[in-house]
Amino acid sequence: MSPRLSSPNLQLNEQGKLKHFLSLEGLKPHHLTEILDTAESFINPQTNEIRKVPLLRGKTIMNLFFEPSTRTLTTFEIAEKRLSADVLNLNISTSATKKGESLLDTLWNLESMQADMFVIRHAESGAAHFFARHVAPHVHVMNAGDGQHAHPTQAMLDMFTIRKLKGDIFDLKVAIVGDILHSRVARSQIQALSMLEAREIRVIGPKTLIPPFPEALGVHVYHDMKSGLEDVDVVIMLRLQSERMKGALLPSEKEYFNLYGLTEQRLAFAKPGAIVMHPGPINRGVEIDSAVADGAQSVILQQVTYGIAVRMAVMAIIMSNAAQLAQSQNETALADTLEKAEREAQ
Amino acid sequence: MTPIQDVNPLLDQLCNQIQQHPRFTSDIKMLGIRTGGEWIAQALHQRLGLSAPLGILDSSFYRDDFAHNGLPAEVQPSQIPWDLDSQNVFLVDDVLYTGRTTRAAMNELFDYGRPASIILVTLVDRKGCRELPIQPDICAMTLECNQAIKLHGPDPLTLSLIDPAETDL
Amino acid sequence: MNILIEQARIIDPSQQLDKVSNLYISRGHVMAISDQTPEGFIADQVINAKGKWLIPGLVDMRARLGEPGKKFAGSIASETKAAVAGGITSLCCPPDTDPVTDTQAVAELIQRRGRQAATAFVLPTGALTKGLEGKLLSNMHSLKQGGCVALSQANQPVENPLVMKNALDYASSQDLLVILRCEDQELKNNGVAHAGMVSTRLGLPNIPTSAETIALARDLILVEESGVRAHFSQLSCARSVEMIAQAKQRGLPITCDVAIHQLHLTEMDVMDFDPFTHVSPPLRSQADRDALRMGVKTGIIDAIVSDHTPLGRDDKALPFGESTPGISGLETLLALTLRLVEDGLIDLSQAIKLVSQQPADILGIHAGSLAVGYSADCVLIDPESYWTLDRKQMLSGGKNTPFNGWEFNAQVEMTLFQGRPVYRVNPV
Repeated sequence: MSPRLSSPNLQLNEQGKLKHFLSLEGLKPHHLTEILDTAESFINPQTNEIRKVPLLRGKTIMNLFFEPSTRTLTTFEIAEKRLSADVLNLNISTSATKKGESLLDTLWNLESMQADMFVIRHAESGAAHFFARHVAPHVHVMNAGDGQHAHPTQAMLDMFTIRKLKGDIFDLKVAIVGDILHSRVARSQIQALSMLEAREIRVIGPKTLIPPFPEALGVHVYHDMKSGLEDVDVVIMLRLQSERMKGALLPSEKEYFNLYGLTEQRLAFAKPGAIVMHPGPINRGVEIDSAVADGAQSVILQQVTYGIAVRMAVMAIIMSNAAQLAQSQNETALADTLEKAEREAQ
Repeated sequence: MTPIQDVNPLLDQLCNQIQQHPRFTSDIKMLGIRTGGEWIAQALHQRLGLSAPLGILDSSFYRDDFAHNGLPAEVQPSQIPWDLDSQNVFLVDDVLYTGRTTRAAMNELFDYGRPASIILVTLVDRKGCRELPIQPDICAMTLECNQAIKLHGPDPLTLSLIDPAETDL
Repeated sequence: MNILIEQARIIDPSQQLDKVSNLYISRGHVMAISDQTPEGFIADQVINAKGKWLIPGLVDMRARLGEPGKKFAGSIASETKAAVAGGITSLCCPPDTDPVTDTQAVAELIQRRGRQAATAFVLPTGALTKGLEGKLLSNMHSLKQGGCVALSQANQPVENPLVMKNALDYASSQDLLVILRCEDQELKNNGVAHAGMVSTRLGLPNIPTSAETIALARDLILVEESGVRAHFSQLSCARSVEMIAQAKQRGLPITCDVAIHQLHLTEMDVMDFDPFTHVSPPLRSQADRDALRMGVKTGIIDAIVSDHTPLGRDDKALPFGESTPGISGLETLLALTLRLVEDGLIDLSQAIKLVSQQPADILGIHAGSLAVGYSADCVLIDPESYWTLDRKQMLSGGKNTPFNGWEFNAQVEMTLFQGRPVYRVNPV
């Protein structure tokens, strides 16, 4: 009934290729596999080292962090430097950008400083979309986490880790444990897993930490660890923010750990050899027991390394797509000119 | 397209030249540039019975035309299964043309270590097209710049010449 | 000045009228609707309205007019111009002005500006509590003296039920109409989108429907106890319609309205974080929208309002949750209401009644009708004219509409206020 056309996907260019990386919503499985495959090529298969390549030499990437996060900023920075880009980090306190005008002013100012790509982290859901809608056509936006909405590079590095360690994601059962409601990481993971056709996606947590419409995410909800972890191949633990006690969503960290903390006994409910993941930083003794976090099934540190390769891959793909688009536009323009000249000659 | 040419005699010729090279020993390291160079290197590696496994170099990330053409459709990781430092490396490619691929490959090599020397082996040298000061050390066949060529492989390896009239669109 | 509008299809639900006839206007008032010229009437101006519709000017129970204060865009002059372009000739503005309309002086200022603009009838709503703070009662009687047609809290809550009970009791004893907009702030919990599929997917802080229904339940009980004349504004969910229906069935003399955008948009429209779809209360589910539409059809909902909130560019040039909620709605109220007719939900007469006679009756004002003696506030509509809403062409100081690019049938051709043309689609 509404005559509004469904808006074109902000993230894709005219050729249907990745232009910005804001969320996994609206992408196709081939976009995801392209990222995973490209990330693979940045890793030395013998040593697991990530190489420095000159791909983005002369390009300027600005990391705009409206919400402080040393870890994510660091992994992005390493990824950018390994691609040989010029990197600028800007921590912007949101109080300085209270009015819309100054927020856009900040953006346009930085754009004039010859930025080619912005990596943005912001406390508001949809902030990355907002920036992508307002940047100049040649500037690219990567979402490094927006509010409770999405953290797509984190989800992709998780998919990469799973694929590396467990093979094809198809056919795997994955459980995500903890604060799903407030977690942008969980939202993006769930989208990635369902796009790559994981056999089953479960979320485990008390009802206060599960979104109001879990069916909209296509997940199965469990409120206890025993049945939730049964037979899963991958266990993803989420970080618990201490604010959740203040909002009366949970009674105490102790009770949370008693119910949902991942211990060796509980991990035994999962399939033998199941891997344990965590986006970090971990709260030992709150969501995960040290014996599990440091145990043989934990792949938490591998995730960090792979995160660099995955972020490099996304940035390389975006800049590559831009180059290819410009090339094809030049060719079309040239063909048009030739055709016109020919017509005039006749 | 002119009839397909057998590659075997050319490979034999390359083997000969490699064996006669002053730096040749049975434990030299051989590296093929993906994908044509990899096929040639595989064949040479087998014929020469080298002890060290064959390395494969994918120089896509080091190409200088990224800003124009972006990444090629398929990029695979390079595989260098040995320490590169102080080694004599025989770098193998199918066709030496502008020299830019060789440049990219050498740049990448130096990210892995500091070889003692690099010896450039190519099946075909298209003379006169060079854009960089790079020449093959070992080469089996020389063509004029306007003679384009295509290698098919990996099994069987065949070469076909493309008529200049066909390519010159 | 005598004006004759001849050969129009006159649709006036207040008189159960729908026929082709002539409207005779004399000295700003309706003199007659007749096929024959009344005795002694000599037209100074004749408007040929063959093939056109003539309806009473619309009454909008909730429109912010940008004055006094800087919170909203536009001014009473600009917003009344926008109103008549949308066929609205009477506007009731909520008290969340700056300063708050909690004194007679502010109420009178608003009316004076309205008279100066002389484009539409501007009616203030006074604050129910001082400063809208929900703590102390406002000077209700003097606000009434100052011309306030009703009292409300705009979007502010009265969290303390005892204060609410006292406010309603006091208002009831002064025979004042109270307009209530129910929203529990604790349950709202700084949410920005409906607790449903879309907020789940987008990770937007959510507002459950219980934020509305719990507050509504409390207020219904307090209204019943006090016996105050109460009007519930901007229902947003199915359960609220059900609760109002039950209360009405039990004989409670209450009325209610819905904002027009709630009848056309749902949470799905928020899907790409469009700040123009950020409204309060939030756009809810398809089922809620259908229930609201059904409430309009069955008459449980008595009026449709624009909830006009003109905002500056900066207020919307922000990520969804940080943007200010609200839609600039004066110029689309009529068009979107007529669309309900096209959708087959209600007939033309019912649609017009919801935006003219009924809101006028609720407010107890002499408007929304073309009966003899009423102010000649009327709208001439060309039913054959198709138009597209272009944000940039809007007359309101606020261009914040999610309906940009929507195509509509039937366009306002001319609006008369007190017998004077105040708007023409193609200015002569």
